[in-house]
Amino acid sequence: MNRFSYARPTDVAEAVREVGSDPSARFIAGGTNLIDLMKYNVERPTRLVDITRLPLTTIDKADGGGLRIGALVPNSDLAYDDQVQARYPLLSDAILAGASPQLRNMASTGGNLLQRTRCLYFYDTATPCNKREPGSGCSAIEGVNRIHAILGTSSKCIATHPSDMCVGLAALNAKVHVAGPSGERVIAMADFHRLPGDQPERDTNLGPQELIVAVELPDEDFSKNYSYLKLRDRLSYAFALVSVAAALKIDGGKIAEARMALGGVAHKPWRDTTAEDMLRGKPAEEASFKPVADHILRDARGFGHNDFKIDLARRAIVRALSQAAAGTPQTQTDKRIK
Amino acid sequence: MTSNITNLDGKRAGRYVGTAQRRIDGRLKVTGGAKYAGEFPTPGLTYGYVVSSEITHGKITRIDASAAEAVPGVIKVFTYKNRPKIASDDKKYQDQTAPPGSPMRPLGDEKIAYAGQPIALVVAETFELARHAATLVHIEYETKPHKTDLEAERSSSYEPKEKRSGIAPPPPPRGDADAAFAKAPVKFENEYRVAVEHHNPMEPHATTVVWHDDGKMTVYDKTQGVQNSQNYVTGIFGLKKDDVRVISPFVGGAFGSGLRPQYQLFLAVMAAMELKRSVRVVLTRDQMFTFTHRPDTIQTLGIGADKDGKLQAIRHDAVAETSTFEDYQEVVVNWSGLLYDCANTKLTYEIAKMNVYTPGDMRAPGATLGVYALEAAMDELAYATGVDPVELRLKNYAEKDQNEDKPFSSKELRACYRQGAERFGWSKRSAEPRSMREGRELIGWGMATGVWEAMMQETSARATLTAGGKLEVAAATADIGTGTYTIMAQIAADELGIPIDDVTVKIGDSSLPKAPVEGGSWAAASTGTAVKAACHKVREKLFNHARKVEGSPLANFGIDRVVFENGRISVSGDPSRFVTLADAMAATGEREISAEETTAPDPETKKKYSGYTHSAIFAEVRVDEELGVIRVTRIVDAVAAGKILNLKTARSQILGGVVFGIGMALHEESLMDKKLGRFMNHNIAEYHIPANADVHDIDVIFVDEQDDKASPIGVKGLGEIGIVGTAAAIANAIFHATGRRIRHLPITIDKVMGAGEDKTPAQAAE
Ligand SMILES: Cc1cc2nc3c(=O)[nH]c(=O)nc-3n(C[C@H](O)[C@H](O)[C@H](O)COP(=O)(O)OP(=O)(O)OC[C@H]3O[C@@H](n4cnc5c(N)ncnc54)[C@H](O)[C@@H]3O)c2cc1C
Ligand code: SF4
Repeated sequence: MNRFSYARPTDVAEAVREVGSDPSARFIAGGTNLIDLMKYNVERPTRLVDITRLPLTTIDKADGGGLRIGALVPNSDLAYDDQVQARYPLLSDAILAGASPQLRNMASTGGNLLQRTRCLYFYDTATPCNKREPGSGCSAIEGVNRIHAILGTSSKCIATHPSDMCVGLAALNAKVHVAGPSGERVIAMADFHRLPGDQPERDTNLGPQELIVAVELPDEDFSKNYSYLKLRDRLSYAFALVSVAAALKIDGGKIAEARMALGGVAHKPWRDTTAEDMLRGKPAEEASFKPVADHILRDARGFGHNDFKIDLARRAIVRALSQAAAGTPQTQTDKRIK
Repeated sequence: MTSNITNLDGKRAGRYVGTAQRRIDGRLKVTGGAKYAGEFPTPGLTYGYVVSSEITHGKITRIDASAAEAVPGVIKVFTYKNRPKIASDDKKYQDQTAPPGSPMRPLGDEKIAYAGQPIALVVAETFELARHAATLVHIEYETKPHKTDLEAERSSSYEPKEKRSGIAPPPPPRGDADAAFAKAPVKFENEYRVAVEHHNPMEPHATTVVWHDDGKMTVYDKTQGVQNSQNYVTGIFGLKKDDVRVISPFVGGAFGSGLRPQYQLFLAVMAAMELKRSVRVVLTRDQMFTFTHRPDTIQTLGIGADKDGKLQAIRHDAVAETSTFEDYQEVVVNWSGLLYDCANTKLTYEIAKMNVYTPGDMRAPGATLGVYALEAAMDELAYATGVDPVELRLKNYAEKDQNEDKPFSSKELRACYRQGAERFGWSKRSAEPRSMREGRELIGWGMATGVWEAMMQETSARATLTAGGKLEVAAATADIGTGTYTIMAQIAADELGIPIDDVTVKIGDSSLPKAPVEGGSWAAASTGTAVKAACHKVREKLFNHARKVEGSPLANFGIDRVVFENGRISVSGDPSRFVTLADAMAATGEREISAEETTAPDPETKKKYSGYTHSAIFAEVRVDEELGVIRVTRIVDAVAAGKILNLKTARSQILGGVVFGIGMALHEESLMDKKLGRFMNHNIAEYHIPANADVHDIDVIFVDEQDDKASPIGVKGLGEIGIVGTAAAIANAIFHATGRRIRHLPITIDKVMGAGEDKTPAQAAE
């Protein structure tokens, strides 16, 4: 870990200014990811802009009737918020499937979106990694890649985005509000994270000086038929090998609308609207789900250790959609899978 | 003096021994009052941060620490170039538990033999400065091809020439296993593999060296043996025992990682001596993956039996990794000649050199691996013959130790099977795989046997009774979380008939009476016996004084006619005739009575009998086969371990062992990148051990077992037995649930699904 200077602004404009004052400055919120990366010497900011005093800590009604979640709302508060539990239980479940209570207490909404991959090589500076050091090579492609991506990979990087919360947000069509030197803008969740392509060092489309100020959930109701199913290497406190956020609107036994996002399989929460379209009008039963799962994974590719994820993802999609259709969402406390 | 005590226990039931007692150090631990090696405060402390090798094999061609040393507050950067002179003789580096070979010398020279080898120590005024400066040390390497794939190296395996002390090599072949195997009507041979595991105790390895003006040092070290650390340091740095006192009152888990002195001890002492200042070195979690680990081991096990399951032949071969500089050895295959009655056995054990740090003892070293393979194979035999798994084991029950042709000191394994099966409800099991189901989950019931050697070592202890009636017992042993403090107090309190609160226990200090490292499950038997002997001596002295108290009602009685109870010595059967301990003490005219005793196992008994602890483990798993998700919902572990000193700490040892076993079965795996030769998941987010959600009901039974031979106090030890066999029971249950026999641990989602099983990236690319 290197030495750094520290600032603790109290308003958004000042924070944006502060981070602009030093090209290697970083915002710090809960610190649960950034501090680890600094200890591993992976992130080497010379200035830390602590944003925890910014007034971004509330959950409010959004203009269009949805919900506006301040970037500093802790993951725990968000998961247990009454409105979120009532209107967006999928999001609540996705958050509770992740990390541990202690981490969720520290982790912020904005930080969760920007947490970095858990690729083992990314964290070990003794190894080549294009994401950490562009042009050095990708060790994972021929290395230990059990946890790596099967969709949307590139020859430069096969890392995944590790968040659970973001998978829920993607399925729910959330929007990200950001503030930068030239004002505020809104980025759709689908466009927020990037695929690795030729620039794996860039996880998102956020500008270097931009601050996430809020995440907005649209005024939609998927509170009846939904499920967040997470499969991992132990029953709790492990990142997803594969996770599925599924949400359905069912009308007379037929699917009126479907939403689905996958975690643990790509460099971003994986959403495939063509698959969602396929479900529209189909009976809400297992037979309808299998072709959709195949469709989502049509271009999937494994790298050895992670080959199993293709099959696992297929099965998980079917199961999560079945749980959603039956109105029996996966519980995040009892680990038995229904 | 050394006395070989045969049976001090007598018939008198103890007030504390054999009951459930809470830990006497519990309050200190939960309130933060217990201090660990990296926590002892001292003025003027400096901090060392270790720089680890980025390559796996080769040498350092350039090392430039000038940028690091230029940082204000950095005191010095030690490398192989500027380190002080250290001993040249390998012997000096060989601690009590070292395997044969040439132990690694931190900063020895420019050569790199494994990834993560310590190559520099940055010492600074603060930890943060040292850590920062460590990133500024510029190192250039020349790399050589490395060997880190046991599969590739198994062809060059060899039988270690020099045997590791205390580790029995495989017994000579018995009968003709090959011929019997060829003839056997039922036979099969399979390969079993368990992933490399790292100990990962919660407390990282750490050393704080307090430098005194007279050139002496107090060393707070994370270790399972303070005197082992002391000998290591004095040997290497040419010091006298008097110069170095090693203290380690509490250990935040070790599981064997603290048996050998680790490199932070060497580095901290070296720096303190050079700088003449106090130094602390704490390893990071990723550096906890740069030393000892459970060795990668490939096992081939063949069983031949008749149609009813009676064993005809066992062949068990193991090939294990070792480092390029030491021949680590553990007992992997011998169990296959011991656990069951079988006339024809052939057991071999070889090692292969790789570019890794020397593997080491990890909870039930060797047995964990070997017994897993044997017990998985026995389960396969049960299915091959249609004999119930418990029945099969009873049918092949070993009445004596066939490896050494000796009777057992005691063996209540039959009772373990019976009581375990009953508690578990084994009789309700339907034998057919895939025949039990609830909802989407397949249910599987499996079982296995566990075994571990009951050992005792020469140990000394001192007991001191003060005029106020307080007793102090002391020995240089360790409490690595096992409960040593508490059982020492229990034994002492009972021996003198005083309340446990009046007993103080001192351990973890090299200046205390001599004790071996705490390992091998021998501490309770060894230290317990020594404590009892020392207290017995005090008891005798006190009794002599009690008889001399004026008008003593005890004057005409021998020591065998009195009891020590409630702070009194009274005539057996007549509590009205007594002398209080206080009066007896007063009669001595001394402030205290003290006695130090050394006890050792009786060589004759050792020659005549084999001592082992046994267990029967029953496991229930629920498997969502489609998604590969396994839940271990129930474990019953019935243990025969001789006398149980403390039901609470004993149970806790077994619980810990069982959880370790769950981890071995389902989670733990150090992932080696074979191209880079590095373990890659070197943190505990990615190296998985069971979380709370992975641990359900664990029921521990202690089967009554009388043993007056394993140790004078009837104790056999409990530290390791809980893990042995547990992974096999779980793997066997998974087979029962799913019909899939998975012989590579851990059994992860992909293996249950049957997808991508054990495929390497290269194979996948084909
Ligand atoms: C052991 C462990 C297990 C975990 N398991 C899971 C899991 O199973 N599932 C899961 O989803 N997550 C898991 N996490 C990750 C955890 O959710 C993230 O670390 C957390 O959400 C990050 O939030 P933070 O506020 O602490 O971010 P920080 O560490 O403070 O910041 C992370 C990054 O975001 C930037 N940043 C923070 N806030 C803003 C903002 N408002 N605007 C712009 N940039 C910002 C920072 O500059 C930094 O680059 C785990 C973490 C750990 C350590
Ligand atoms: S997958 Fe991406 S993050 Fe991992 S080593 Fe390759 S480039 Fe780096």
